[in-house]
Amino acid sequence: MDNFAQVVVDGLMNGAIYGLVAAGLSLIWGVMDVINFAHGEFLMAAMYACYWLGSLAGIDPTVSWIATGAFLFLLSAVAYKAVVRRCIGKAAMAPLLATFGLSIFLKNFCLNRFTPNFRLLNNTALSGKTVNIFGAIAPVPQLVTALFSLVVIAALYYLIKKTRTGWAIQATAMDAEAAELMGIDTERVFTLVFGLGGMCVGIAGGFMTGYLAVFPEVGTLFSLIAFVVVALGGFGSIPGALCAALLIGLVESFAGFYIAPVVKYVAVFALYLAVIMVRPKGLFGW
Amino acid sequence: MPLLDVNGLWMKFGSLAANRDVSFSVEEGQIVGLIGPNGSGKTTLFNCVSGLYKPTSGRVTFAGKNITGLPMHRIARMGLARTFQVVRPLNEMTVLENVLVGAYLHSSDERKARETAQACIELCFLEEWRNRPAGAMTIGNKKRLEVARALATSPKLLLLDEAVAGLTSTEVHEMVELIVGLKKSGKTILMVEHIMEAIMPISDKVVVLNGGVKIAEGPPREISRNTEVMTAYLGEKFSRRLAESGVLKEDRP
Amino acid sequence: MFIWLGLLAVLAALAVIPGAIGNRFYAHVLVLVLLYASMAQSWNILGGYCGQVSFGHSVFFGIGAYGAGMAMVTYRGVPWPGIIAGALLAAAVSALISWPCFKLRGHYFAIATFAIVEIFGRLFLVWDWVGGALGLDYPILDDSWKYFLWSSDKTGYFTGAALLFAFVFGVVRFLEKRRFGYYARAVREGQETAESLGVDSMRVKLTAMAISAFLAALCGAFFAQYNYRVDPPMVLSLDMSMKFVLITILGGMGTFWGPLLGAAVLIPLQEYTRTYLSHFGAGVDQMIYGILIMFMMIRQPKGIMGFLAEFGLLGGKDGGDI
Repeated sequence: MDNFAQVVVDGLMNGAIYGLVAAGLSLIWGVMDVINFAHGEFLMAAMYACYWLGSLAGIDPTVSWIATGAFLFLLSAVAYKAVVRRCIGKAAMAPLLATFGLSIFLKNFCLNRFTPNFRLLNNTALSGKTVNIFGAIAPVPQLVTALFSLVVIAALYYLIKKTRTGWAIQATAMDAEAAELMGIDTERVFTLVFGLGGMCVGIAGGFMTGYLAVFPEVGTLFSLIAFVVVALGGFGSIPGALCAALLIGLVESFAGFYIAPVVKYVAVFALYLAVIMVRPKGLFGW
Repeated sequence: MPLLDVNGLWMKFGSLAANRDVSFSVEEGQIVGLIGPNGSGKTTLFNCVSGLYKPTSGRVTFAGKNITGLPMHRIARMGLARTFQVVRPLNEMTVLENVLVGAYLHSSDERKARETAQACIELCFLEEWRNRPAGAMTIGNKKRLEVARALATSPKLLLLDEAVAGLTSTEVHEMVELIVGLKKSGKTILMVEHIMEAIMPISDKVVVLNGGVKIAEGPPREISRNTEVMTAYLGEKFSRRLAESGVLKEDRP
Repeated sequence: MFIWLGLLAVLAALAVIPGAIGNRFYAHVLVLVLLYASMAQSWNILGGYCGQVSFGHSVFFGIGAYGAGMAMVTYRGVPWPGIIAGALLAAAVSALISWPCFKLRGHYFAIATFAIVEIFGRLFLVWDWVGGALGLDYPILDDSWKYFLWSSDKTGYFTGAALLFAFVFGVVRFLEKRRFGYYARAVREGQETAESLGVDSMRVKLTAMAISAFLAALCGAFFAQYNYRVDPPMVLSLDMSMKFVLITILGGMGTFWGPLLGAAVLIPLQEYTRTYLSHFGAGVDQMIYGILIMFMMIRQPKGIMGFLAEFGLLGGKDGGDI
């Protein structure tokens, strides 16, 4: 029974974090029909930023997520302005491939500057603490990250559904040309959407550095999982992405524990393929 | 036996029925016009007959075979070709290559396919655009390309979805001549059209749809005097006034 | 015409040079150019001509590589039966997995192909029969065509790569001007339109996929023979899949010479920057690669062929007929 609870708690904690990483990707996909391939490398950038803030300036991840969120908002908006905007509408896969180029650049830039070594912050405010949930042991850094992920996702959802800015984003997502005619500056909306997408991953990266080591390849797996989460949840649906993320977190932890650790990602990707065959537009897609 | 027979065809999108219980037939060698106001279900009917949509119920028989719900490519192979109302050129291919795709249907031999394609290109006045990318042409030429490409599949029955709409008056004239020529060469044609001047003089029979229902069927002369058709097109008030004023000419509804 | 003569000259030069100079590094770059051009061309059949952008070709490449590797290492024989079996298996696997995937559109298709690569890559890591994470290390054998292995110089590999290149490009040239070539492009330009003209688009896509996978597997087999080993990260990775896509796009998708141009620019650039910029630290070559991709996507997504057309350097009418 304890094992079971542990597996569930682990799965949900991971799932919530996947949800936050994927939420930004989902937003960008939903509004612009663009897959940001550099999403995982944005996460890596946030983690390096957080790591250096921690190791050089002694700022704890529980605080520095604000800085990494802002930093990633800027980085992502700049990436949109400098790269993505210039190749939208030229060829179907151009933005995807351009952001793949960006991801290679960022990954190797960090490899070049920071070496391939794993870097982990020690003695953070939350490290080493655990709590007991129904017999399962949850490390506090992970638990806080997971809970905070849910808060950020809820805030993002509120922003899109309930605020004027959110309505502008929704209108742009439905029909950018019509939105333009209604006086919405769609260029600003796109920049904002990219910025917000980056911010989500920036906040996630900030918190995650409290318990995960950072290295140049750290984003690769996260971005693949985020792609699957977004496609499984359905085109641009943030609640869909969250449900898919929790599901994938659970599948990963169950397969890892009850089958074998090495097959956990195989199970995740196989689940995705199985679902997509039945529902080609994802669980919540239309 | 008619070449095409549509019997009790229904097409529903959710709760909306775009075609309700439509039945009509097309005899071999005829030109049949399909008319009706916007949104009356003409294009949906075309899509059901050509296999793009699977009808909700009813039966479509072509050359004695039941083709209801067959995939479009199999129906095309049996000799039923169509054009699209919103033109769909294969943009990055030249005009010749577009038509070749159709011509390859019944022959994998390059020389034969090229001969067929060439003949269709000439027939549709596209000779001077032969090696141009199809995407870069005017709308009139794209409409001609639709016809040329469908013709290249050597169909028994040709479905033309507003092949004339949007053309200049000279182009309309050329296209009408082409259609009459096709009939003379033995092709059967079912055409949707808005321009009455184009469709009425050349049709052997006209089928009228309104709100997804067939409201009239008969020779053009009869149809143009049919008050129900008038009403469908002009609304009740106007058609009554028009009839009273006596402005109405014989062949022009 | 210009481009034909130019390429003929380049190919003639390629044929003479490795033997004449005997520079191993130079020969190595040439072999890689021919190999990657063949890989890109195999992808081009499906992605370029038929318009189905797959990010899963490393799976077929990997199956081919493992076919050769298993024949050599596990069965201690010659690679040839393994190469044929691998290529056929790749074609069968490709048809099997793409039949459901072809119903997916746009990004959904792309992500499904990523997922397939990850599944294969991770399964091969734990599958003992194929060597698991350690992979398959070739035994030391005599240089010969029988084993398709050469350790003393690269001439054998060069000839092999040239034959592979000629075969793959020959197949595509043969298909391009026949019914299948027109049908494939028609499916790319408008699936419904093609179907209205009697084209069975699913069959065309599956055929394109199977041919593409078969040829990709042959390239994979060559890759294993050339490296004397095969392991999962080497072949069954997303980065390898992206190479297929990027070289083709860099050269010009859906054009016959695009894959060669892409490889002829990218591979030397990559090999030379790796060698000559190494004093700037690791990853500089990859940074340049990343910048090049971004530049191309922004400036000319139709690749080098697009640039040539832009500058009026292609002989064909309107730059399209080549």
